[in-house]
Amino acid sequence: MVSTHPLVEARDLTKVYPARGSTPEFRAVDGIDFALERGESFGLLGPNGAGKSTTMRMIAATSPISGGSLRVLGMDPMKQGPEIRARLGVVTQDDHLDNELTVRENLHIYGRYFGLPRAVIRERATRLLDFAQLQEKAGDQVETLSGGMRRRLTIARSLINEPDILLLDEPTTGLDPQARHILWDRLFQLKQQGVTLILTTHYMDEAEQLCDRLVVVDHGRIVAQGSPQELIHRYATREVLELRFRLDERDTAAEKLRTSVLATGGTDAEGRVELLPDRVLVYTADGEAALATVHAMSLTPLTALVRRATLEDVFLKLTGRSLIE
Amino acid sequence: MTTVAVPAWTRRRALALIERNFMIYRRSVTPLLNALVEPILYLLSIGVGVGMLVGTVPGVDVPYAAYVGPAILATTAMNTAFNQTSFGVFIRMRVEKTYEAILPTPLSVTDIAVGEVTSAMINGLLTSIGFLTLMAVGGLVTSAWVLLALPASLLISYAFAAGGLAVTTYLRDFPDFQYIQLFMLPMYLFATTFYPLSVYPEAVRPLIQALPLYHSIELVREPALGHLSWDLLIPVAYLLAFGSVAMYVATRRMTRAMLR
Ligand SMILES: Nc1ncnc2c1ncn2[C@@H]1O[C@H](COP(=O)(O)OP(=O)(O)O)[C@@H](O)[C@H]1O
Ligand SMILES: [Mg+2]
Repeated sequence: MVSTHPLVEARDLTKVYPARGSTPEFRAVDGIDFALERGESFGLLGPNGAGKSTTMRMIAATSPISGGSLRVLGMDPMKQGPEIRARLGVVTQDDHLDNELTVRENLHIYGRYFGLPRAVIRERATRLLDFAQLQEKAGDQVETLSGGMRRRLTIARSLINEPDILLLDEPTTGLDPQARHILWDRLFQLKQQGVTLILTTHYMDEAEQLCDRLVVVDHGRIVAQGSPQELIHRYATREVLELRFRLDERDTAAEKLRTSVLATGGTDAEGRVELLPDRVLVYTADGEAALATVHAMSLTPLTALVRRATLEDVFLKLTGRSLIE
Repeated sequence: MTTVAVPAWTRRRALALIERNFMIYRRSVTPLLNALVEPILYLLSIGVGVGMLVGTVPGVDVPYAAYVGPAILATTAMNTAFNQTSFGVFIRMRVEKTYEAILPTPLSVTDIAVGEVTSAMINGLLTSIGFLTLMAVGGLVTSAWVLLALPASLLISYAFAAGGLAVTTYLRDFPDFQYIQLFMLPMYLFATTFYPLSVYPEAVRPLIQALPLYHSIELVREPALGHLSWDLLIPVAYLLAFGSVAMYVATRRMTRAMLR
């Protein structure tokens, strides 16, 4: 199917979870619009509870939409669920591997769910085990795998039907740094091969590494969108000065900074000060100059770090909250 | 609200779930053999043991054990199928989260339900074959029509597998299984397993005849004793209807619970 249509198109997409017992109804996704083009890698970035997983489930045709419209691969997920799912690869937030089966059997049966012939599955499974670096584990029960291995197997499994779109819901949450880097490497490889990715994350570095385009979601709404660079450019400054103060000094220092030229802008038109529980962030075009200003105010931070702005800063600026609480 | 599965698709896709279940059963036959332990104990203790005192059932000219055997065969099919879609499905649904991984594949919830019920029917048939073989070895087979017990066991398994699946959708947690036992055990004991319906006073009989196990036993016992008649269409119709209603309830409720 050659088409100029987006692979996924959401207009005013809404999800309301109905009331249940004493829990009132809940608007988890509150009218979002986006379009996904073939070959791009698209990210939903937002804190816990923002509605990322809910959006992913609606795209995957496993959760009925409550309002607006959604087209996936040109089809209606409410009417053509099986046809859509046949062409998607889905990595849910939790690994739901089949614990009663071995690693290779997990791949095999997943292929069978997609109606693939055994010979095709055998060939693909061998390739995917390679890709996931799980060749040696092929005959093991999945219970014996580490978290990172389980995640890689889940991703390998989602590729068994050679999907048009791969959906990844927080692919590296809960993994140690090394396991994350292995996964990023695998996902980057997929991206290089032209696989269309949709991923959710609350890790800024992940979004920066893997996404061509992002929407930042908060409370079920899109608060910003663009490429990682655009977002940083638009919503953050070039540099950030991170300051830590002694506990007894922190509040007075923060107060001073808040009323200083650093917060109100002054010569630095972009200037701004954010207070976090453990540190103070000064947004500025020139970190070293800002630090000089701090010293000139006779403040003595315990540590001072000048770094380039990240998507974390974008989120903070947009919502006034830190992304990972 | 949810997609209505195309029947032809469903049959083909549900096969994958049956394949999954048999990948696990294939590892060991122990569960199937275990399913035979209880019926054998009943057959020996009541059929043979109590049978020594009973001799024959009035109006039936076969040994008591040959009278009880077909009924226990019906309960074997019932329990095998029912356990798989109650305990088995509950664990796959709540503990192992097996279906969470299946939902994003082309299988629909209906496919999952059909797959589970069909696997349970196959298991019910297998344990019935096992039990029938033991009956034959023990000399308890008195008519060749007993072979009708095999298609009958498929029908019994269908009814109870679907029933088990429907009941499972109402369970909140493991302790709720006690309520199931509160129904299953009395039914086992009173649904004419060990004596004919004529034992009951007229007024009680309709109550017994409303039980699915009563019809299951009729369907196996009558041919086993060499009694063939059109009356057998009554249990056939009952079990088909019972299973289909249960199947409808089960798929509706599972769909609602799983596609949120
Ligand atoms: N099945 C459900 N029923 C009711 N509320 C839900 C359900 N799933 C998620 N929610 C609620 O919807 C909101 C968004 O959840 P989710 O989409 O999982 O967010 P995220 O993935 O961004 O953390 C949360 O407040 C969550 O509690
Ligand atoms: Mg989530």
